Amino acid sequence: MWPPGPRGQPRRVAPTIMNDTLLTVENLKTYFFTERGVFKSVDDVSFTVPRGKTVGIVGESGSGKSVTALSILRLVSAPGKIVGGRVMVSCRGVLQYAPTGTVDLLTLEESEMRRFRGGKIAMIFQEPMTSLNPVFTIGDQIEEAVALHQKELNEAQRWEQVLEVLRLVRIPDPERAARSYPHELSGGMRQRAMIAIALGCRPEILIADEPTTALDVTVQAQVLELLRELRERLGMSLILITHDLGVVAEQADEVIVMYAGKIVEQGTVRQIFSHPRHPYTRALLEALPTFHTTGRLRTIPGSVPSLAALPRGCSFQERCDRVQQRCREEDPELMVMGEGQVARCFFPEL
Amino acid sequence: MGVYLFKRLLLIIPTFLGITLITFLIIQMAPGSPVSLKIQQMGGEGIRTETVSKAVIEQTKKLYGLDQPIHVQYLQWIKRLATFNFGDSYKDHRPVLTKIREALPVTLLLNFISIFLIYLISIPLGIFSALKSRTLLDQAVTVILFILYSLPSFWVAMILIIYLGGGEYLNLFPVAGISSQGVGELTRWGQFGNVLWHLVLPIIVLTYGGFAFLARLSRAQLLEVIRQDYIRTARAKGLSESAVILKHALRNSLIPLITLSGTLLPAMIGGSVVVEQIFSIPGMGKLGFEAVLSRDYPTVMAIAAIEALLTLVGILVSDLMYVWVDPRISFEGM
Repeated sequence: MWPPGPRGQPRRVAPTIMNDTLLTVENLKTYFFTERGVFKSVDDVSFTVPRGKTVGIVGESGSGKSVTALSILRLVSAPGKIVGGRVMVSCRGVLQYAPTGTVDLLTLEESEMRRFRGGKIAMIFQEPMTSLNPVFTIGDQIEEAVALHQKELNEAQRWEQVLEVLRLVRIPDPERAARSYPHELSGGMRQRAMIAIALGCRPEILIADEPTTALDVTVQAQVLELLRELRERLGMSLILITHDLGVVAEQADEVIVMYAGKIVEQGTVRQIFSHPRHPYTRALLEALPTFHTTGRLRTIPGSVPSLAALPRGCSFQERCDRVQQRCREEDPELMVMGEGQVARCFFPEL
Repeated sequence: MGVYLFKRLLLIIPTFLGITLITFLIIQMAPGSPVSLKIQQMGGEGIRTETVSKAVIEQTKKLYGLDQPIHVQYLQWIKRLATFNFGDSYKDHRPVLTKIREALPVTLLLNFISIFLIYLISIPLGIFSALKSRTLLDQAVTVILFILYSLPSFWVAMILIIYLGGGEYLNLFPVAGISSQGVGELTRWGQFGNVLWHLVLPIIVLTYGGFAFLARLSRAQLLEVIRQDYIRTARAKGLSESAVILKHALRNSLIPLITLSGTLLPAMIGGSVVVEQIFSIPGMGKLGFEAVLSRDYPTVMAIAAIEALLTLVGILVSDLMYVWVDPRISFEGM
């Protein structure tokens, strides 16, 4: 199984990674090459995912958060293409043979990559209805994942594992659920089944792409609570992609705010919510309803610019209330705002 | 499920009666009748038709029951149908049922092989096209399929006969009938081989145009399914591309193709008229065609009735197949 290269020969395995980082994304660039131009959906995105923590990625539709997640798993389909960057994964404890070290997922052969997909990094998607195959039972779909990533199990053990993960995600009557087809379950149960498929792969990192967007509010809370509990119990890291700042406030340890394919602000959840530095982050927070909100909610005027025709300078200039001449001429870099907090702004909030 | 099936079977009865009634009226209204044809024949035999007295005509009509009002004739036909008595052919006075019993297996053999071949070739071709979609190969396949689709079958049949069936060129295949003379003296396998040898050209003509439709359909289906979210889920699990396509995508994309097969059989029995006629194959198509030409009402009606029944059963079967292949569909509560 592991290592992917010829045995005894270190292959694309860099020296030991620093302390407890499971995943490091460096300068990731994913572009979509269409007839209407090149869309820079993910443009120079870097972040790290510490072991056992939740990283929240927030942004509007089209900000590049889902494409970032798909790029990590190399699931971007044409005309999208990963054109640069590295996705470094710590290999400690992938399997018993695993050497200590890191590997760049973007340089792996497709067959090697498949071991990481699901096995190391699993992903769950927004629409539990359409993300489950309608013609196979829930049990079949989980068992397939178990069979792929725990090859040592026999059929009976695999089935036991299926029931085990169904119990983990708190599906009542796992035996029956395993024999059900997706359409026979409610939305919340389907999302639990999706999570069960992901868990069947025994991942160390779970990417949840808008896991609750399609669900009722009460069910949303249950699913989020379940994700938190599973992360703690199984010691997983969670990348939580959402447009809902409320979800991020409750769940995430660290927050990444994306806008037009770029990270505009990054920091701990406390930093982001109490001291947002980027005008976009501040505007997003002001658009959140609170107990004290009276009258109309604040909105951000305008809309996300087309990724094929971004203006010169800062991508947020058209919607920013602090815009100045410099913003229209120069593209700001991510600038350190405090310990662990960065923002892409020349004139940050203080 | 049981209740549903019972309802559907009950519904077949009025539909079937409707179809046969319309067929009955149409053939009765069509110009020409068995009586006038008979008189023409007599003319051919040297008897002066003008001298055939009205009495003879009346006598012939009476013999066939054609003197009675049309609704009475239809009711009598239904009455006989209830006892599976299709009457005797006007043409050679043999029981229609015997004639059909001879013809049906030939047509069924011909069409089963054709349908099987069409599916066997179209589906992999469609998958191939979908996986190579928008490449030169995919476009080449499309062009070839449409060229085949647009070639008229009688023309292709003639070309095959001229070039492969003797004449001035190759003499590889027989061009008429379904077995050689004296085939009975061969072994069982020898007979089987002889029949297959005779069927090669007819089957080519029946299949070549069928690829286009099914291959395009399976290509479109697969392309549609590949875009679905659950395919992404399957990939995210770490499945290999071939497992993603062959297991997750294929099963979903084949649903309409499997269910379609139920309605194909009656369509193909109707469609093999031309081929059977050209290759002198004594099947249902040839029997029906000749019966229509000779105003052989009992044979025409029997064939119409059988094909109506096959069509109705075929539709029912394809509906039932939906339940079988697609777990989302059930007949509970219908």
